[in-house]
Amino acid sequence: FLTFAPRISFAATAETDAAIKAFTGGATPTEGTVSLDTPEIAENGNTVPVGVTVDSPMTPDSYVESVLILADGNPSPAVATFHFTAMSGAAEAKTRIRLAKTQNVVAVAKMNDGSTFMDTKEVKVTIGGCGG
Amino acid sequence: MAAPKPRVKVPKKASQGEVITIKTLISHPMESGQRKDKKTGELIPRKIINKFSCEFNGQVVFSCDLDPAVSANPYMEFSAKVNEPGTFKFTWVDDDGSVYETEKKITIE
Repeated sequence: FLTFAPRISFAATAETDAAIKAFTGGATPTEGTVSLDTPEIAENGNTVPVGVTVDSPMTPDSYVESVLILADGNPSPAVATFHFTAMSGAAEAKTRIRLAKTQNVVAVAKMNDGSTFMDTKEVKVTIGGCGG
Repeated sequence: MAAPKPRVKVPKKASQGEVITIKTLISHPMESGQRKDKKTGELIPRKIINKFSCEFNGQVVFSCDLDPAVSANPYMEFSAKVNEPGTFKFTWVDDDGSVYETEKKITIE
């Protein structure tokens, strides 16, 4: 049976930390509000579905400006940055990404008032098709 | 390489103020710049879509900066709030400066 690894609160590598700091302007993001939707196990690291949702009313007064997606075990941690507007209606986006190996995927959300939030999920990347 | 072909899924109609889901995909190899040519051993130069944006009646709804870690044939799914009939315009920007565009109309029921 699978044992679930404890969730790791903060990104492991210095490069990832630096990317988060550059995005937030030096602030340390708070846990929560943003949530990542990733598979527990990805059989094919070439195309891993990743979804991100931020709890926000998305009105002109209060909305999510952008969400940074990082993968701390890739040769370069940057994956993508989503930019939302009040016209997005909901702060959610999905894409497919490449993961070089088992690692943490990090999402950092920046609100229009400057507050920042983050979520981290571990994705196990298998090379063979063991089926989990 | 065949010209990248954008594919977009937008509902044909929505009720006023409805938040709809838009799905997009464009055929593109998203060459990461980290792979080596098997014959020559040289790095294959990076060539990816680095920017995607969606506008509705001229206003930006959603945009995205992409890095080489996005899979080949980049897929994007996101939401848009529809308050009026109009046209969604989708734009992808390639590393070589090429711009790929497509449009979809939506009506209010």
